[in-house]
Amino acid sequence: MDNQYFHHALKISEANCIGCTHCIKVCPTEAIRVKNGKAHLFENRCVDCGECFRVCPVNAIYVDHDDFNQIFNYNYRIALVPGVLIGQFPENISIQEIYSVLLEIGFTHVFEIEHTVDILLEARDDFKKKNPTIKPLISTFCPAVVSLIQVKFPALVENLILLKSPLDIAALYYKKLLTEKGIPEEEIGLFYITPCAAKIAAVKSPVGENKSVITGVINLDFIYNKVYKSIKQSEKNHCLIPHKDELYAKGILWSLTNGEKDTTDGRSLAIDEIHNVIEFLEKIESDEISDVDFLELRACDESCAGGVLTSGNRFLTVERMKNRAKAVEENENNFFLSSEIKNHKAFLINNMNVSKIQPRSMLKLDEDMSEAIKKMGKMREIMEYLPKTDCGMCGASTCQTLAEDIVMKRADITDCVFIQRIMEQKGSMTMNEAIAKMKRIWGDKFNTK
Amino acid sequence: MHFEYNIISGDFSNAGSASSQIKKVLKQLNVETVTIKRIVVALYEAEVNVVAHSFGGTIFVDINTEEILLRLKDTGPGIPDIKLAMQEGFSTASPQVREMGFGAGMGLANIKKNADKLEIKSEVGVGTEVTIMVKLNE
Repeated sequence: MDNQYFHHALKISEANCIGCTHCIKVCPTEAIRVKNGKAHLFENRCVDCGECFRVCPVNAIYVDHDDFNQIFNYNYRIALVPGVLIGQFPENISIQEIYSVLLEIGFTHVFEIEHTVDILLEARDDFKKKNPTIKPLISTFCPAVVSLIQVKFPALVENLILLKSPLDIAALYYKKLLTEKGIPEEEIGLFYITPCAAKIAAVKSPVGENKSVITGVINLDFIYNKVYKSIKQSEKNHCLIPHKDELYAKGILWSLTNGEKDTTDGRSLAIDEIHNVIEFLEKIESDEISDVDFLELRACDESCAGGVLTSGNRFLTVERMKNRAKAVEENENNFFLSSEIKNHKAFLINNMNVSKIQPRSMLKLDEDMSEAIKKMGKMREIMEYLPKTDCGMCGASTCQTLAEDIVMKRADITDCVFIQRIMEQKGSMTMNEAIAKMKRIWGDKFNTK
Repeated sequence: MHFEYNIISGDFSNAGSASSQIKKVLKQLNVETVTIKRIVVALYEAEVNVVAHSFGGTIFVDINTEEILLRLKDTGPGIPDIKLAMQEGFSTASPQVREMGFGAGMGLANIKKNADKLEIKSEVGVGTEVTIMVKLNE
């Protein structure tokens, strides 16, 4: 299981990486080390939360998304749009304008994925009824949270709600809609415009599914710039297509914090930002908090409005989306698309389940418990020598991580700069040896003149 | 392998810190998740008991490939009637403690449910020693 390959959307550009400690310090799963002056990722530990992406001072961490131009390989090019896209733009740019421009730049259809929320809610209530003993049920909406639970809280995979996300349901629906009209499958390209890296990973190697129905994933930041540029540059008014398919308010609010929580009965909680999520899962795992029926957990602060690929300020995004929801609630004349979706409800409900999600614990020191105990004994011994300053000069984020790397034979105790100085004092390491060591970790970038 | 943790009387904000550290250790040792949960639940309950009722104490943890032994030794009022204290719903917790969500009287019964062996020695006016054993390979 551990050696299985997982697709990660976050990549490190060796050319750009300057070898600093920003990313290793913020990674919530200790998945990054610096060696030879470059950051390296342990793919099995990475949950694609994007914390490293946010802090990298030189943009060396990038998101491996699909090329926009590949949409033109298909006659039918569907943009599957998350509600947060609209939230990126200032309020004076209308939804119609944004969607019209999406069509101008090359898409043939635009579909807001949260149209499928109503159907998901029905399936979720049903899942809840069929699994009355699971407490709390944990939403699978945020793929970074699902990965986090797999690697760090393996006991809690049992609590995950095994249903597709609004995105996957939307893709399934649109494909069905078009194939029913006689359009051949190979002419249909379903493209998701993503606010985060974790969604890309989830599409490229879906959890609990064999293959995603989605053709490609395009960076929301890229689309935002392309659309905004087009709006700014053209003097003429865009040919506005009427925006007839308004979302229900709960669809608009779904990807924001409390979006799911507010649709549940019983005791439920909404928690956003990955460290908050970890803190809470620790308590849930130890049964310190019981009687919670439902948990909405999101890796980003302000949920998808704070996604790593969003351009707008997350608080302004939330404001615009809430205003939109309010306007929808106040306007009774809105035409909702849901009637058309309802014709396909039975089909979608039947295809809503995903198979059991497997844990992929990263913590174990050894498969064999007696070996693991030996290694832990050694780790504790090593910790007696390490300074516990967590300075990161060895290329690992903390002394504890270095100790673990040493017993796992990924590092050496002499990687520690404090140990080096003491060895120099004792005469068991020369200064040249210490400098050679430093270069092996931080690269040959020092001006030694 | 041996670990020790201090428990401070009345420090509810840190009750659970020993169990969460032990949890991490057990995950590193590749113990089954179901077993980890039993151990952590039992230890957390026992830890809260010491915080709530004693003047303070120590947790001694010993792990080998067969079993984990958790010994919680405190100084304090002791338990006058262990049999009674073991009953579900029995609680001597003060109203303040109950307001914090503790003291529902499920403590010892819940520990027993999750342990393979539970032993309680107590002397009134001196203190209590709770020993919990959970097998790691079943």
